Amino acid sequence: MSDRHEHAHLPDTVLRVKALESLLVEKGLVDPAALDTLIETYEHKVGPRNGSRVVARAWSDPDFKQRLLRNASAAIAELGFTGRQGEDMVVLENSEKVHNMVVCTLCSCYPWPVLGLPPVWYKSAPYRARAVIDPRGVLKEFGVELPETTEIRVWDSTAEVRYLVLPMRPRDSEGMDEEALAELVTRDSMIGTGLPLSPSQVPSSK
Amino acid sequence: MNGAHDLGGMHRLGPINPESNEPVFHQEWERRCFALTLACGFLGEWNLDMSRRARERMHPAKYLQTSYYEHWLIGLQTLLVEKGLLTEEEIARRMSEIGKGETS
Repeated sequence: MSDRHEHAHLPDTVLRVKALESLLVEKGLVDPAALDTLIETYEHKVGPRNGSRVVARAWSDPDFKQRLLRNASAAIAELGFTGRQGEDMVVLENSEKVHNMVVCTLCSCYPWPVLGLPPVWYKSAPYRARAVIDPRGVLKEFGVELPETTEIRVWDSTAEVRYLVLPMRPRDSEGMDEEALAELVTRDSMIGTGLPLSPSQVPSSK
Repeated sequence: MNGAHDLGGMHRLGPINPESNEPVFHQEWERRCFALTLACGFLGEWNLDMSRRARERMHPAKYLQTSYYEHWLIGLQTLLVEKGLLTEEEIARRMSEIGKGETS
């Protein structure tokens, strides 16, 4: 028998989650194995590596890129990435003239099938508040400074439409294959708060 | 309807502080809360907009003082109770039992 008081120190939040799970399982409303599968899926299987592959494909295959910009959900599905919170995708292409950045001011809308679950900062009050009034200041906080001549467009996600930024292909990446290109694509570069790595920043790419 | 969740353009909320190499979940209860919310969504008693609305109905001060998955937890409990799937009383009782180590 374990100590009867082992949970006495638990915070209210932890107790509440445990209580809900215990009651819902007892009533047969949720299956504990299904909970484990959901956690495994979103913690380990779905993540920004998916998005990196989409971007790398777009950088190396002009026809795919056209399809991606025209109907993002269908083009992304070609790589097998479909599912919840990604049903209606829009891809935003960055250029020297325009830099796109994505936020969800109301909550946390984010393209799960290609980026996984959003990081804490994306869901935080400061980012949601400031992205729409001071995008340059926000970018500076992420270490990104763009020329004054680059227009910054901020896209506010909704429960229906989810955005993925297609960053510019780094210079000096000519001749790299899709797999190597994917290594250059960071999560933040697909949200628009970062830029892709240059080949020299990836030690194993040579 | 606006509310504390309608944060676009608000001033003085401080720095963003992105965490490098951030884990998908920071605590075990966040994992369980996430999965419970999705699994209960499959029950078909409510849709995504109703889930959001349940979080947005939180008191503004509490909304700004609690974390993201706490919003989920509060929203989930609100919907479970409103739909008659659980009662406030049985949740409180079970929390107390778990706290005393009487059940896991």
